[in-house]
Amino acid sequence: MEKEKRRRIFSLTIAIRGKVYQNSAWLMKRTNLNECRNHMKIIRSLDSVGAYALLMRRVLSVPDKFSEFIKEFMKGIYALGVNSIWIVIIISFFIGAVIVLQIALNIDSPMLPRFTVGVVSREIILLEFSSTIMCLILSGKVGSNVASEIGSMRITEQVDALEIMGVNSANYLILPKIASFVAFMPVLVIFSMFMGLFGGYIICMVLGTPSVETYVYGIQAFFTESFVWYSILKSMLFGFIIASVAAYFGYTAKGGALEVGRASTNSVVINSILILVTDLVFTQLAMG
Amino acid sequence: MIEVKNLSKEFEGEIVLNNIDATFQKGVVNIIIGKSGSGKSVMLKCLVGLIPPTSGEIFYDGRNLIGMRAGEVRRLRRDIGMLFQGAALFDSRTVLENVMFPLEMFSRKNKRERRKRAEFCLERVNLSHAADLLPSEISGGMKKRVAIARAIVLNPKYLFCDEPNSGLDPKTAQMIDELIYDITTDFSITTIVVSHDMNSVINIGDNVIFINEGIKEWEGAKTEVMNAENEKLHDFVFASDLFKKIKEAEGIIAEDEKVVAAKAEEGKKSDKIIN
Repeated sequence: MEKEKRRRIFSLTIAIRGKVYQNSAWLMKRTNLNECRNHMKIIRSLDSVGAYALLMRRVLSVPDKFSEFIKEFMKGIYALGVNSIWIVIIISFFIGAVIVLQIALNIDSPMLPRFTVGVVSREIILLEFSSTIMCLILSGKVGSNVASEIGSMRITEQVDALEIMGVNSANYLILPKIASFVAFMPVLVIFSMFMGLFGGYIICMVLGTPSVETYVYGIQAFFTESFVWYSILKSMLFGFIIASVAAYFGYTAKGGALEVGRASTNSVVINSILILVTDLVFTQLAMG
Repeated sequence: MIEVKNLSKEFEGEIVLNNIDATFQKGVVNIIIGKSGSGKSVMLKCLVGLIPPTSGEIFYDGRNLIGMRAGEVRRLRRDIGMLFQGAALFDSRTVLENVMFPLEMFSRKNKRERRKRAEFCLERVNLSHAADLLPSEISGGMKKRVAIARAIVLNPKYLFCDEPNSGLDPKTAQMIDELIYDITTDFSITTIVVSHDMNSVINIGDNVIFINEGIKEWEGAKTEVMNAENEKLHDFVFASDLFKKIKEAEGIIAEDEKVVAAKAEEGKKSDKIIN
């Protein structure tokens, strides 16, 4: 009995190719196993991974017309990058100030020199805040923007219209967005680093503990330049994830306005999870 | 010419199109009619390759769409113009930019020539005055006309129209119908229109195909639609009060004509007797 059950589940899982969902639904009808429902969820997730990979194959191809790609790339730089500068500045300034404040209040030991506040704040801002936390925030702003824009185009048949014209719609719509966001990411990260450290500077100036001189000495002490490059590289990877995953959810949206909203929400949730998991893996690979 | 052979489509076991055979001639308006959910829009999407059919073949002047590589499909589609139900104009582009878009992507013409061609197409649909407006600033009928201008800008060989009159007032609907008819005959295009509007059938339908529950029930000329003996087609056509009244009026006129003819005959006989 157990062997038979395992055989049935195995036959179900080997259907993870092509029209996986259809096949497994058919098998589910045939086998009538309740436990198949749990497997269906896994299969559906794997199906999404496959669909994402197939979409990326279409996206990462040579544009039909390079001048149109450049035009859309510049629009993306403005819409996704330049329009995000203010939110990056505001959030980085205040979080930088709070980080310095918290460290200054909590590391109050005669065993540790006061410039430690500057050193620790700098490492937090450079290594994690400016790349990971900022990308989590941007996945909300940029991710929902991309998913809803492409999703709206999908439900109003604009994507179909592109296809009928003979345009590779995935490449035309998604590639410029990914390229522009990834290209602009280093600018946002550098802004974020600077504003985070500047927020700390202002809080030291206002509260006087540690003194501005001590803080400035701290953010310069034991500085490792490669951390900046590491952070920029990491954020570019996150930029690719944010734009491509959001585009996937928008491109595959079906139905009406409700579905576009759902695609937008799903893109933010999945992006956040992927960013955190990738951060863990990337940190282990780069620093471990 | 477009030929369809044994076209079938299933969605998760549910048959939407069942072994449809049809030939759509060049230079005439072919109309596919049927009630909502009968499978006509699915058929149109299968014809243009937006939905892959379960089985069957679709020939564009002898070239089989089924089994073509993605690159070949894209090349074929440059010969296709399509008018979508909701017009599907690009929101962020002006009317002129929408019409110029296919030229920008595929034409080797310079910018001035591209603009001239787009302006010509806009003039063809009487929308020269709206060139700089955004799609959100124009009416539904104007959107449809812009979509027609965009569909014909690359001189397509095939034109597909999905419910061109939906949501339009009768006057605008008639204008769109006439535009589709004129473009088809002027440029000798193979045109396929999907509609459930009987006015369109009467106005422009050179060849009419009736689909019911995924099956091709009837095919013929627009002049035969009103007198067709197919029961399902009869129910579909005379579901509208207007057409019922037209039919009744035709009956009354025919009766009147018979009475007049009988009286005239009687008159002739009495004249003979007097003489």
